[in-house]
Amino acid sequence: MTKIIYIDHNGDERPIDAKNGETVMEVAIKNSIPGIDADCGGACACATCHVYVDGAFLEAVGAAQDMEQSMLDFAENVHDNSRLACQIVVSDALDGLKVTTPESQH
Amino acid sequence: MSADDQILILGGGQAAAQACASLRQFGYDGRIDVLAEEADLPYQRPPLSKAYMKGELDRERLYFKMQDWYQSNDIHLHLDNRAEKIDRATRTVTASTGEEFHYQTLIIATGSRPRPLPVPGAERENIFDLRSLADVDQIRPQMQPGQKIVIVGAGYIGLEAAAVAAQLGLDVTVIEVADRVLARVTSPVMSEFFEAEHKAHGVVIATGKKVVEFTGSTRVEAVKTSDGDLVPADLVLVGIGIIPNDELARQAGIRCDNGISVDRDGRTNDPSIFAIGDCARRPLVHYQRDGRLESVHNAIEQGKLAAAAIAEKPRPNEDCPWFWSDQYDLKLQIAGLSEGFDQVEVRGDPASRKFAVFYFKSGHLLAVDAVNSPAEFIVSKKLIISGASIAPEKLRDTTLSMKDIAAEAV
Repeated sequence: MTKIIYIDHNGDERPIDAKNGETVMEVAIKNSIPGIDADCGGACACATCHVYVDGAFLEAVGAAQDMEQSMLDFAENVHDNSRLACQIVVSDALDGLKVTTPESQH
Repeated sequence: MSADDQILILGGGQAAAQACASLRQFGYDGRIDVLAEEADLPYQRPPLSKAYMKGELDRERLYFKMQDWYQSNDIHLHLDNRAEKIDRATRTVTASTGEEFHYQTLIIATGSRPRPLPVPGAERENIFDLRSLADVDQIRPQMQPGQKIVIVGAGYIGLEAAAVAAQLGLDVTVIEVADRVLARVTSPVMSEFFEAEHKAHGVVIATGKKVVEFTGSTRVEAVKTSDGDLVPADLVLVGIGIIPNDELARQAGIRCDNGISVDRDGRTNDPSIFAIGDCARRPLVHYQRDGRLESVHNAIEQGKLAAAAIAEKPRPNEDCPWFWSDQYDLKLQIAGLSEGFDQVEVRGDPASRKFAVFYFKSGHLLAVDAVNSPAEFIVSKKLIISGASIAPEKLRDTTLSMKDIAAEAV
C-alpha cells in the first residue's frame, strides 16, 4: 500500500492507503474525496480531476503528456504544479504524495 | 428530514451510482435502496468497448465504489433483482423476487437495452450484444488472434470494438446498413476519416449492407448480407443502437415520449418520481428542445440534478452535452449536438490526424467533433454554454490559437 494524502481547499488532510497501479483519481473517487469530479472516469477527456501536486513530488510524478497539458491549459486556476489526477499512477515512488484539490472543478 | 424518508433507485448504472453519491454529498441522510438487474456493483460502461475489452483494465477498476462504501453510507444494494411494477397509489415497487419496496421518492435509472436484430439465426451461439460487463466477459476470451469477428453496426461502440479487435490481431469486418460509418452521429468528413483509419488497420468496412441472416449450425458460421454476400464469422458483435427502458414508467402512467419525460431537475409528471440517465427525455437547455442523451455526461449530470432537487439544494450547472470515443491512438471529443447543422467548418488537416469539425446553424455554433484536439473541444464547450458567437471562417486559420479565437467571441 502506498499512502496518498489528499488536502482539500480548506487545508483538511485525508490520508488514504492506495493500491499501486490505480490512478490518484480512482483512489479519490473510491474514497469519496471531495473536490474531484472525474466525470469521464479517467479517459483524460474532461479535466474535472484537476489537482495541485506538492512540490516535493513534482519530479516523481513527472510532467504532463500533450493531451493532459492541453486539457489543463483550459482548466480554471491552473498553476505550475497542476496535473490531472487520472494521469498519475500510484507507485512506491509516490508514497506520501500530497495533492491539493481545488474548491470546484467546473 | 423525517424518519420515514426513503429513496428507492431502480437501476444500478452510472446515473444511479451518481445519484447515490450526490444524495449523500448534498446531505440527504435517509435510507437509500437500489434495485438493479445486473449482478455487479455499479460500474463504468465506457471501458467495456475500450481498455477493458483490450485487457488493459482490471475488473475491479470498473467499479465506481466498493461494497464497503455502500454499506458505510446506508445504501442498500439489491443486485440481480429487477423491478416488475410501480404502484404509484401505494408508492410501492414490486421486484422480480416478489419483494416489495416502499418509497417516498423514486428515481428511475433503468437505462437502456441493445436494439435487437431480428433476423433468422440471431439465436445462434457466439452472437453477442455489447452492453454489459457480463457481455464483455463472455466476448473477451474469444477475441484471439486470427479469429474472424463480424461487427454489425458502425456506430461508436461498433467502431471502438473494431479497433480493439484489430489491435488484438483478429480478422475484422464491420457491416453497416447506412452508406457511411457513424452516419447517425456525425458528418461525412468525420465518417470518411474514421473509415480510412479502420481500413489502414486492416478492418474491412462494408457500408450500405443489411444483415439478413446468421448462418451456421449451433454456432454462427457466417453473416449473410442483403446483396447475397456470406461473411465468415467465428464471433459476431451486434451494436445497432439502444432502446430506453421506459416500460415500467409507461405502465405506471408516467408521461413518456421515447424515454421518460422529465423537467430540468429530472422530475417526471409525478412529483415523487424522477428519471435520470439513458431512459430519460430531458430539456436540452442549450438547444431549446427536449432530447434523450446516451452518455456519461448525462448520467452524471442528471444524477446530480435529481439529488440536488431531492435534497433541496441549488440546481447544479447544466453542462453542454459532451461525449468521447477512443479508437487506436485517436481521441475523439465531441461537444454539443450537431443535429440540424447547415454549415461545417474544418480546422486542421485530417491527414495529420489532428483536426476538428465545427457545426453551425444560422451562424450559431452547435457542436464540434475534435480529433486529438482538446483545445478545440474545451473552447467549443465553453462557447456553446455561454451562447457566444464566433466567426466560422476564423476557425479555418490555424495560425490563430483557440485561445485567440475564444477571446474574440461575442
